[in-house]
Amino acid sequence: MSTQVTEQEQEEQETVEEAVEQTEAVGAARAAQVDYGFMEEKAEQEVRDAETTVKLKVFRYDPEVAGKKEPRFDTFTVPFHKGMTVLDALMYARDHYDSSLTFRHSCRQAVCGSDALFVNGRQRLGCKTQLADLDDSEGPPGTVTIEPLPHSDVVKDLVVDMQHFYDQMEAVEPYFQTDEYPKGELEEQRQTRENREKIKMSTRCIWCSACMSSCNIAAGDNEYLGPAAINKAYRFAMDEREGEAQKQRRLEIIEQEHGVWRCQTQFSCTEVCPKDIPLTEHIQELKREAVKSNLKFW
Amino acid sequence: MHEHDVIVVGAGGAGLRAAIAAHEEGADVALVTKLHPVRSHTGAAEGGINAALRDGDDWTDHAYDTMKGSDYLGDAPAIETLCSTSPEEVIQLEHWGMPFSREDDGRVSQRPFGGLSFPRTTYAGAETGHHLLHTMYEQVVKRGIKVYDEFYVSQLAVTDHDDPEDRECHGVVAYDIRSGDVVGFHARNGVVLATGGDGQVYDHTTNAVANTGDGPAMAYRAGAPVEDMEFVQFHPTTLPSTGVLISEGVRGEGGILYNKEGERFMFEYGYANNAGELASRDVVSRAELTEVNEGRGIEDEYVYLDMRHLGDERIVDRLENIIHLAEDFEGVNPLEEPMPVKPGQHYHMGGIETNENGETCISGLYAAGECACVSVHGSNRLGGNALPELIVFGARAGYHAAGRDLGEAQIPTGPSAGTEDETGLDTPVSPGALDSPDEDVAADGAMVDPGAVVESAVERERTRMTEMLENDGRNHAEVRQKLQKAMTENVNVFRREQNLKKALEIIRECREEYQDVAVSDPSRTYNTDLIHTIETRNLIDIAETITLGALARDEFRGAHWREAHQERKDETWLKHTMISWNDGQPKLYYKPVILEGEEKTYEPKVRSY
Repeated sequence: MSTQVTEQEQEEQETVEEAVEQTEAVGAARAAQVDYGFMEEKAEQEVRDAETTVKLKVFRYDPEVAGKKEPRFDTFTVPFHKGMTVLDALMYARDHYDSSLTFRHSCRQAVCGSDALFVNGRQRLGCKTQLADLDDSEGPPGTVTIEPLPHSDVVKDLVVDMQHFYDQMEAVEPYFQTDEYPKGELEEQRQTRENREKIKMSTRCIWCSACMSSCNIAAGDNEYLGPAAINKAYRFAMDEREGEAQKQRRLEIIEQEHGVWRCQTQFSCTEVCPKDIPLTEHIQELKREAVKSNLKFW
Repeated sequence: MHEHDVIVVGAGGAGLRAAIAAHEEGADVALVTKLHPVRSHTGAAEGGINAALRDGDDWTDHAYDTMKGSDYLGDAPAIETLCSTSPEEVIQLEHWGMPFSREDDGRVSQRPFGGLSFPRTTYAGAETGHHLLHTMYEQVVKRGIKVYDEFYVSQLAVTDHDDPEDRECHGVVAYDIRSGDVVGFHARNGVVLATGGDGQVYDHTTNAVANTGDGPAMAYRAGAPVEDMEFVQFHPTTLPSTGVLISEGVRGEGGILYNKEGERFMFEYGYANNAGELASRDVVSRAELTEVNEGRGIEDEYVYLDMRHLGDERIVDRLENIIHLAEDFEGVNPLEEPMPVKPGQHYHMGGIETNENGETCISGLYAAGECACVSVHGSNRLGGNALPELIVFGARAGYHAAGRDLGEAQIPTGPSAGTEDETGLDTPVSPGALDSPDEDVAADGAMVDPGAVVESAVERERTRMTEMLENDGRNHAEVRQKLQKAMTENVNVFRREQNLKKALEIIRECREEYQDVAVSDPSRTYNTDLIHTIETRNLIDIAETITLGALARDEFRGAHWREAHQERKDETWLKHTMISWNDGQPKLYYKPVILEGEEKTYEPKVRSY
């Protein structure tokens, strides 16, 4: 049997070594020595066998750990398969190379809203983003850059502080308010199909905060309610079951100094929304409603 | 240490409803959740919520369908409570603003679902769970209920009496994910566990990654028995590559299942000559896998679910979410081609044993929702029955914990309710024998000061976590993947004795390997490595109870199919499997099914669809 190593094999070998080296550099910070056992071996084998691999360039930061206090990027080489998403690749890197790699995720079907990330310079849900879609040419991109959402404080690695986002959501009285309920005990309120259709898109928000992160205005004005919260206000203001008096109250809330009038219709929120909610349009519609209701007072 | 009247662990559908109920009752209530409430897995429920709301329907029909669907392993008092209460709970959700789909007259829409004799599944598009979750969270915000989000509850604070029925739960211990602190929560009145499912026991599941059975595992180790754990529901229509759920609503609206030959196999091969695609979930799941096993599957793996004939307009109106899921996660446009589907783990009928008031046998410890087994689903859950369970029994647990008198429970709980010990169960290994003492249930001695019980539990948990962070060892992910693979290969839709034994052996290995796990991330801040490591232990306990129960039950009932036992054996198996954790060992016993309700007595009949 020939012992000669072909150029291609050598290249592959180097790729594996590179991946392992990078992983070891990451591991240097840990207190406990953890054996990744067959997971790491499996990864090396899978990287070797894979027709294509993807390099993840991932933002790392941990305020507590010596080697991570200064923000940096780590690179992980992951075997690519058809249908693989950004979240799949991150989980692979975590489970096989470095279990301290930290990111939020849960449902992996675009409904829990916890894995909004900044991927190749744009806000996206990790679970919903196919690696293959990140490249114009067919097949996976060579390197994918993954960072935490911009304009938020980073807690650790890809995890950002969501408190400000939650506070803004809760500032718009985000709950149904009506004074009129049907008389019968088991009787629902009536709502027309048209009205349900009108609010439908606004009710799909999953609180992922991608829109808020993409909004230049929100970045510069910390008090701006932001697209998600205004959309939440829209969801109730346009619901015919709430009635006119309550609608007035809602318009007052969104018309405040840091409300709808801050929006400069840049459409970045609408562009990044993973649920295709026409956020900018909703904000514009509320502006019109607010103007109309003010005219009525005259 | 934080202190409240009622502590609700988990903030999905059942947890939010329990918190609202306790608040209505005047209690100081707090929600403690490892996610943020709107991230909970209830949000992924698609199809709908069953309630007898219309003329021509009656809650007693709903109860009958549910008992039949359960394959006569449901308890009648619980089923009657579920079905008689769900209409008012659903209307209340509507009054809270939940955006249900609407009929032309403005009333909420209902549609047919599998195993139901009336189209009583109320829905909001194909995203009913999302709307239910958000609507209830809105009510929590409105009421100003305290939420501790991103707090991972890892242990219960329970007193140390020999008999679990003498034990009391005084609170919980949680890891504050942001700060890394280990903190105690003292519950003056009660703790409600509403931690949801445990689908991560399997590697092909519709469940979220967070669904690791934390509640049942904690309660089980604290001495509350788990019930009917062998009954795991496999949903017939999940996407093959990810396990993402394709709602039963697709079949409810008229979607058709085809095999490779283009045959409508539910009729063609006689799996369900009347109900066809709308037979009960266990029936459809087995039919699909039989097609695949007999060579009529596509790529030897899946079958087709076709909804194109419904027309674009109807699909967009009622099932729009499905178009996005199929496109995003399988690359298929269901308006133009059929969707590939196969069965995937979906729901756990079993869970922490409770009565119809949400109480466990441990005083002050309640459970509701998927983590609990009040036994409304028996051996198979009907589609559309999970969401009413959440709100009906979530509310009851919350009310009772806050002090409302719900009357005497008819369902007995605890080891003393058992009638029969199972001895001589032939298992290949002695399961569960390994356990480190620090994970034992309770506080030291016979402490009576509740605060001290919580403090002591906090101290033990701090020690355990520090050891995991400082000791050397192996990565949990390896153990978890091994466990998931073993369960999928051996304790799946079809069950054979030798496979169940094989699974028990591997579970035992996982338990041994788990003794060596360590956390590589030294940080206290947002240490998901630590959380996943603790979760993995919970998965091992859950997997063991599923497999033990399955091995012991040598009959074919509901979701539980046994190769060598192809019939339902009512004379010996009309009983609930109970497993309790005694001295580091699971102990198996049984308690009878209650078929006698206030309304009627349900006679077991042959289940045909």
